[in-house]
Amino acid sequence: MMGLPMMTILIFLPLAAAIVVAAIDRKKTGALYGVGLAGSLAALALAAVVFVRFDPDQAALQFVERMAWIPSAGVSYHIGVDGISLPLVMLTAVIMPLALLSAWGSIAERIKEFVFSMLVLETALLGTFLAADLVLFYVFWEAVLIPMYFIIGLWGGPRRSYAAVKFILYTMTGSALMLVAIITLYLHSGPSLGARTFDLAQLRQLRVAMPLQAWLFGAFALAFAIKVPVWPLHTWLPDAHVEAPTAGSVVLAAVLLKMGTYGFLRFLLPLFPQATLQFAPLLSALAILGIIYGGIVSWAQPDVKRLVAMSSVSHLGLVTLGVFVMTVPAIQGSLLQMVNHGISTGGLFLIVGVLYDRTHSRLLGDYGGVAALMPRLAPLALIVVLSSLALPGTNGFVGEFLILLGTFRANPVYAALATSGVILSAVYLLWMYQRVMQGPVAVKERARMTDLTRREQWLFIPLIALIFWIGVYPSALLRRSEASVRALVQDVRERGNAAHLASHESRVTSHDR
Amino acid sequence: MTPPAVDLRLLVPELVVTATAVAVMLAGLFLPAGRQHLLRWLAAVGTLAALGTTLTAGADPTPAFAGMYVRDALTRVIQATALLAVLLAQWLSGEYVERTGLEAGEYYALMLVAALGAMLMAASSDLIMLFLGLETLSIPLYVLAAFARTDLRSQEAGLKYFLLGAFGTAFFLYGIALLFGATGSTGYRALAEHARTPAVIFQAGLALLTIGLAFKAAVVPFHFWAPDVYEGAPLPATAYMSVIAKVGAFAAFLRVYVVALAAQAGEWSTLLAAISVLTMIVGNVAALRQTSIKRLLAYSSIAHAGFILTGVVAGTPSGASAVAFYLLAYTFMTLGAFAVVLMLHRRGEEADQIADLSGVAWRAPALGGAMALFMVSLAGLPPTAGFLAKFYVFTAALDAGQIGVVVTGVLTSVVSAYYYLRVAYTMFTGQPHEDVGFAGGRWVTAALVTASAGVVVLGIFPGRVISFVQQVGEILR
Repeated sequence: MMGLPMMTILIFLPLAAAIVVAAIDRKKTGALYGVGLAGSLAALALAAVVFVRFDPDQAALQFVERMAWIPSAGVSYHIGVDGISLPLVMLTAVIMPLALLSAWGSIAERIKEFVFSMLVLETALLGTFLAADLVLFYVFWEAVLIPMYFIIGLWGGPRRSYAAVKFILYTMTGSALMLVAIITLYLHSGPSLGARTFDLAQLRQLRVAMPLQAWLFGAFALAFAIKVPVWPLHTWLPDAHVEAPTAGSVVLAAVLLKMGTYGFLRFLLPLFPQATLQFAPLLSALAILGIIYGGIVSWAQPDVKRLVAMSSVSHLGLVTLGVFVMTVPAIQGSLLQMVNHGISTGGLFLIVGVLYDRTHSRLLGDYGGVAALMPRLAPLALIVVLSSLALPGTNGFVGEFLILLGTFRANPVYAALATSGVILSAVYLLWMYQRVMQGPVAVKERARMTDLTRREQWLFIPLIALIFWIGVYPSALLRRSEASVRALVQDVRERGNAAHLASHESRVTSHDR
Repeated sequence: MTPPAVDLRLLVPELVVTATAVAVMLAGLFLPAGRQHLLRWLAAVGTLAALGTTLTAGADPTPAFAGMYVRDALTRVIQATALLAVLLAQWLSGEYVERTGLEAGEYYALMLVAALGAMLMAASSDLIMLFLGLETLSIPLYVLAAFARTDLRSQEAGLKYFLLGAFGTAFFLYGIALLFGATGSTGYRALAEHARTPAVIFQAGLALLTIGLAFKAAVVPFHFWAPDVYEGAPLPATAYMSVIAKVGAFAAFLRVYVVALAAQAGEWSTLLAAISVLTMIVGNVAALRQTSIKRLLAYSSIAHAGFILTGVVAGTPSGASAVAFYLLAYTFMTLGAFAVVLMLHRRGEEADQIADLSGVAWRAPALGGAMALFMVSLAGLPPTAGFLAKFYVFTAALDAGQIGVVVTGVLTSVVSAYYYLRVAYTMFTGQPHEDVGFAGGRWVTAALVTASAGVVVLGIFPGRVISFVQQVGEILR
């Protein structure tokens, strides 16, 4: 078992399944979905093995594989997993089979291309989270865009073409400048590291002088902030989420947005510690604005899918805040909350999808009393809603509590403002639940409101299990991420402050002269 | 004065190409109408033989013909690219020329002669040789543009190309005359020596030379001919000229600027940087609103000329290697995109509108997938050849401190994603047109498969190709 390149197999298993899908006759829908599901479940099984065998005491990368890729340019195929990427790898592996399963009933045309795109997307996502070389990371990061562009553009709602283009232009603009920053880092790595390299572990040793470091920080931060999205760069998000098919929205909200917050932790903080300390207040302020803005805008939405989409701006604002207050509990909370948001918002989009499949309406006003018609959906939906608004006992509570605790220690004002977001989310989510599920039956076409099918029930059962499992026993995840997070926080604080002091001292000494 | 020693052994690849061109033209005269397809085999075998001799020829710098000609690594890499381009272009043309009745020995012979021109430009170490190469490249292309004798659009394209091309050549030649006046020689070495203390006349000559090359490469502001000519010329001729003219012109840019005038990089790089920025902006922005796939690819070729120029601007060995890699990637992805269009027809005519592509992918998924691949690559998205090509030129340019050029490059790449992905998207959406049918065949399929494989291999397993193109950089060290 040790000899096997576990991580490579994990990344490329879905791609292999995609190739099999490409070879299947397009009329055999069962086989197409079956192979897609089998491929993503196999990846999940492999990810579970990694999860179990992961050594929680080790802060560095594990299951490392390293090969020369383009040696002349200092690019290597370097992958591995640590406490920061592990939760996201697990999240991806869990969400993808569910997304495929959710499509099984609702996407009925061009199934072959759809399953193919989803599997390619999974490979790109896993690669993004596991890459430890900047060029390799960039390749996977950009490769995510292409299948997602087609998923939104081909299987989406009426304005799908506009939404797909907006999505890809926004995210490409950010990452284009990140590419310039990546190359600049590479060019600067020559003199101090001996040889030019794109390897993350080596580039972390690099000390980039300040004005340049701030520029590079800006380029990386922009790419990640667009992806999260951090207010005010969020305007692509409602369009993309609303127009995407259910499975696309689920993956977009649950996994793609986390690429941004993961990027903060994996690249921004360790590569630019000094600039991070300098700009953390700015990003924290934007995060808080996002929390409040997202909450208020969600409250005002008449469209239930848009409501869920805008709630992501608010929830991920909290995650971003946790990252930039840079205390161990806050970052651990952020990591956990990335997973939680994936589970709960993924669940919310699934609920919206289930309703939309029946009524073809997304307007809150077209619903009411659904609980009476769909008695099996109602309790499941309630649990998902409560998880999203962070009721104690559910997963959301643990994550938000840790973030707020960590934030309070660093800055009580931030924590107080962020708490308002928690209250707002309770308001709009419960309001949504009430409008849709409770009250007199107000759905026009009652006959279509059949209860959940067996397939649809299976969509929610794993999510509900995870909601309670993480809610009651979060240490399975927290224990695995702790060592890496602790090392990261210590590293950023030491190097950031040391560089800061050094520049301060040099200024003082130059004054003395 | 003794005549210079003539060593024909160095010229084997060029001689093979010439012999093939002559043989194809003669065979075209004598073969009966039903057997003209044998010309394709003849041309393909000759081109492959030339490719083989180029790759096996030595890469140690060997001058010949009294310093007019040099065979070195740059010669080898660019000649291989030119031969690959002509090979793929022949395959692309196979069924088209048969269907439209253009098939003749002349067609293939002209293609081969144009490739010969690009090969000579790559091997030039003297302005006269460069001029000969340039004309050998250009004149067949004028004829190819006008090759559809009964099509008015094609006639117009040929005339336009010829007039503007002749205009460009005049600039070029006048530049050579001034440089000869300034240096008393036409050799690159003399250029390098006199560039240290440049006279006004020297600089004027260099500027005119650059304008001539800019015409051929379709670089802004000397690009106006490109969209009209591309639109009017027969589709496979458009495909071929969009690639081979770039290969020749950028070989010349490398020879003149990066090799001969390396020491004065500081002076000319600013000028070329400005041209490059302008080209990337104009090419990409103008492509946004095109409805004809030929015009779109014309503006795309202008935009890519700007991207390739960033590697020249770098003026370093790695910049030169990056240019060579880009030309190779560009050959695969552009010819691939044209191959997809050549697989279709609209009532026997070229299916050259973007709208003609709508829904095609649902009738032919492989064709849709291939077009998506080429468009993603042209947009510079990973994991394709187009991404690594841009990655290399931008790395080289950043290394040379050209941050403004690189930032323009990445941002205009984002703009380009809009129109490239729209083409791919069109193939997957909407209803197929009843008028549009498939016109595939073995030859064009072979070209399509080769181009797809090239784009994927260069994007994912580029190791061997990169060590091949890196020889180019070595000649500068």
